[in-house]
Amino acid sequence: MSEQGIGKRVTRREDLRFITGKGRYTDDINLPGQAYAVFLRSPYPRARIRAIDAAAAAKAPGVVGVFTGKDLAADGIGHLPCGWLVKSKDGSDMKVPPRPPLAIETVNFVGEPYALVVAETLGQARAAAALVETDFEELEPVVALAEATAGPQIHPEIEANRCYDWELGDQAAVEAAFAKAPHVTRLEFANNRLIPNAIEPRAAVAAYNRPTEEFTLYTTSQNPHLERLILAAFVNLAPEHKLRVISPDVGGGFGSKIFVYPEETAAAWAARRTNRPVKWTADRSEAFLSDAHGRDHLTTAELALDEAGTFLALRVRTRANLGAYLSTFASSVPTYLYGTLLAGQYRTPAIHVEVEGVFTNTAPVDAYRGAGRPEATYVVERIVETAARELGIDPAELRRRNFIRPDQFPYETPVALVYDTGDYEASLAKALKQADYAGFPARRRESEARGKRRGIGLSCYIEACGLAPSQLAIQLGAGVGLYESGEVRVNPTGSVTVFTGSHSHGQGHETTFAQIVSEKLGVPFEQVEVVHGDTGRLEFGLGTYGSRSVAVGGSALIKASDKIIAKGKRIAAHMLEAAPDEVDFEDGVFAVRQTNKSLTFGEVAFAAYVPANFPEDLEPGLSEKSFYDPKNFTFPAGSHIAEVEVDPQTGVVDLVRFVAVDDFGEVINPMIVEGQVHGGIAQGVGQALLEHGVYDADGQLVTGSFMDYCLPRADDLPSFEVDTTVTPCTHNPLGVKGCGEAGAIGAPAAVMNAVTDALGVKDLAMPASPERVWRALQAA
Amino acid sequence: MNGFDYHRPESLEAAVAARRAAADGAYLAGGMTLIPTLKQGLAEPSDLIDLGAIRGLAGIGLEADRLTIGAMTRHADVAASAEVQRAIPALAYLASEIGDAQVRNRGTLGGSLANSDPAADYPAAVIGLGASILTDRRTIAADDYFKGLFETALEPGELIRAVAFAVPRRAAYRKFRHPASRYAVAGVFVADTGDGFRVGVTGAGPCAFRWTALETALAGKPDAAAAGAAPLDSRRFNADLHASAEYRANLVRVMAARALADLAG
Repeated sequence: MSEQGIGKRVTRREDLRFITGKGRYTDDINLPGQAYAVFLRSPYPRARIRAIDAAAAAKAPGVVGVFTGKDLAADGIGHLPCGWLVKSKDGSDMKVPPRPPLAIETVNFVGEPYALVVAETLGQARAAAALVETDFEELEPVVALAEATAGPQIHPEIEANRCYDWELGDQAAVEAAFAKAPHVTRLEFANNRLIPNAIEPRAAVAAYNRPTEEFTLYTTSQNPHLERLILAAFVNLAPEHKLRVISPDVGGGFGSKIFVYPEETAAAWAARRTNRPVKWTADRSEAFLSDAHGRDHLTTAELALDEAGTFLALRVRTRANLGAYLSTFASSVPTYLYGTLLAGQYRTPAIHVEVEGVFTNTAPVDAYRGAGRPEATYVVERIVETAARELGIDPAELRRRNFIRPDQFPYETPVALVYDTGDYEASLAKALKQADYAGFPARRRESEARGKRRGIGLSCYIEACGLAPSQLAIQLGAGVGLYESGEVRVNPTGSVTVFTGSHSHGQGHETTFAQIVSEKLGVPFEQVEVVHGDTGRLEFGLGTYGSRSVAVGGSALIKASDKIIAKGKRIAAHMLEAAPDEVDFEDGVFAVRQTNKSLTFGEVAFAAYVPANFPEDLEPGLSEKSFYDPKNFTFPAGSHIAEVEVDPQTGVVDLVRFVAVDDFGEVINPMIVEGQVHGGIAQGVGQALLEHGVYDADGQLVTGSFMDYCLPRADDLPSFEVDTTVTPCTHNPLGVKGCGEAGAIGAPAAVMNAVTDALGVKDLAMPASPERVWRALQAA
Repeated sequence: MNGFDYHRPESLEAAVAARRAAADGAYLAGGMTLIPTLKQGLAEPSDLIDLGAIRGLAGIGLEADRLTIGAMTRHADVAASAEVQRAIPALAYLASEIGDAQVRNRGTLGGSLANSDPAADYPAAVIGLGASILTDRRTIAADDYFKGLFETALEPGELIRAVAFAVPRRAAYRKFRHPASRYAVAGVFVADTGDGFRVGVTGAGPCAFRWTALETALAGKPDAAAAGAAPLDSRRFNADLHASAEYRANLVRVMAARALADLAG
């Protein structure tokens, strides 16, 4: 195949427009007659809205309208739903608080929108918003996660602020194993709250055509079809066939743009109400306050082992902060995307996990790069490392003793997953070699000679990607199937337009997916165009999250391409006067077996649209669709190794080396995969060392800007050393697993294992800030 | 951002007059603090008096043992100046460590000093070098200039023209950067003036201050160990999410020791 097929380092075709400022993002879209929306947001973590006086604002220059939650409700606008039903241990459904797009009676987190002003200009909208007088009755907020169930009841109908009390695994087997275990390692820790901060803030431009009753909503969504489905089926904004949702270029999401948010919903409604196109673009402060945050767990984990270090059982209790309301997929993240991953790469025979999801007066928490799996990996890899230290067994050796062996696949874990394939020892061995693990003691001595501390830490993570087999997902409470659609449309001249329900917001699908179809159909890469992100152009789609795009969306394109080839064979057979089963297709040529008769792909495409004498059962045209529903999750796994040097005088942690060896199955574009891994590691290192979303005791977000919320910068990071091993996924046609989240999943535990190793302490809270590290050393 | 009247005077006198005439005027130098503050609606001046068109406010002059830097001189120009690098390399280094490249290309010496952010870098050097603040109406000694959190000795409308630094025998600056903002969590400027040592500290307290106890303890020698032992009153030190007062006190000692080691080396 060409230099641009599967496995080649094809440069990203989308980058030319991105790096030359020619990307077309939502805020770049301006519609004739457009007005601007500004939201009024709660300054309090919890308050009753006694009255909103918008009279002065309504009369301010340029104001088109001032609207509150009551206006939306009066117009039949429904609540924002949560798309995944989780049941408690006792079989009861999770408790879902009502979530009107604009708060009506009470506000429940700082930044929650409760009204919007629409005006001719953004400046006028802002000025008018300042004139709205709101009478709030402040209520005592629930802020601290540890005390959330004992605090005042946030939602009148939800006792103890508890959404659910969920469990997974065989509790009796775990208790029995612990009762006779020679050794138990125990850790208590927090998984720190993160704020996603995609480079492009959320935005919406909505237009309503009154005569045709059609809505067009341009918005920053990772899955425009799901946005349309929810706005149509639950919010009653418009019937699905009258609502077109377009996600043009989107500047990063990391999960935060999966969800259906109040602002986009209210702005779209306002377009109809005012009969004007309405634009809203979040500023960075709004993004900090109102984008769904990530992580925020309190966990106790216990690992039972025998004298040889064999894992006997794992017991995990987690309290997960869901924020003030249930965001679109919030309920699933600390349960099905977390508890199911607690087997890690190991043969731990018995696992029991309990997760209590609770509400607090903070921004909603939902999926953020990794979504549950970084939290699970942190639990498993921190406790395994700690156990190794307690037993005096080399951490790499302890892992090897407990790895699921290659001959044990498919492997059914005690927490409901069946891993299809993997070779964990291969990844670990390669990573240890790359990191010169054997040479670490000498490097530590060298650091100590300079007055520094040095540590090394491993993290052998696993994740479940390629969400998901619809049957299983629906059984577990998902409100949607998790297949993906693809369409391959061959144009008469032989070029190909590919439509995918996956959505690219930085992942490079326009390149990767073109490589897949180019390889499959033997069509030059340049002649394959990839279209995504528009409900008006694609049949359906479930978007991009959970590292699913190539595994599910790419597989749909393979299936659609197979249909193209089958149809092409029939056309070629007709033209070459042969039977379809005598025609082979290879490298873009249809050839009749054992003859010299052949047609190129282009010739067949042209014939499909200029059908000479086609038999009755052979339709003209060459365009095929497919819905691919995965048979299982995919299970990317790998070994990450971090090495740090700590300055004991200041507590500064210098990450001096980071090695990642990942098994993503087959790789379509190694360059893009490396980029994904680099970005993921940066975010994982950010969680471990720098990032922390903090509310003070009064419920105010104190890390509401980049002055206090520390994103990793290039000079905080070393040059990553990344490599792969390959065990192809056994159940999708490409053999791929997914790579988008691995870095963020594996890195935090690797870094914290290295930091605690350097300090000689059992545990340290993330982020390992200089002061925390310094204090740990003072106490040691 | 709210509306305001914008002025761009071409002389110092016109700038001071415009400020005097304004109901609630503000001088605009590099705007690195003022512009974000305006954008967030945290300041609502009636008039903005842009100092960018005034001739003679920017520039660097070195005469004998006196380095004079105009108030509107950008951090990047101080960092790159051959005169500054020759006369007081620690000052050029300090300027090169301020904020990021964008801030250094816009921010000014005068703007930084007039604002007196507790975590700004320049105040450490002004104190450490015992500089003189030259204004439109007088000269203020460094030791008299910094009064408190965002408070200086400047009278309403008083405008900094330049800062004069006596060239020391040697000097060094060490800063512990805030991981997010990259302001100084603690910064220590140490100078051997030829008449003893001066130690200026920024980041730790409500404003930059002299660590006189360390100056005394040094007794004429750049002894790094003295920084670990000299009395340091941290009761009024800043405490925030990123650094407690106790930790800041440790950082002041560590940065001072490292600056002294730089001098000795």
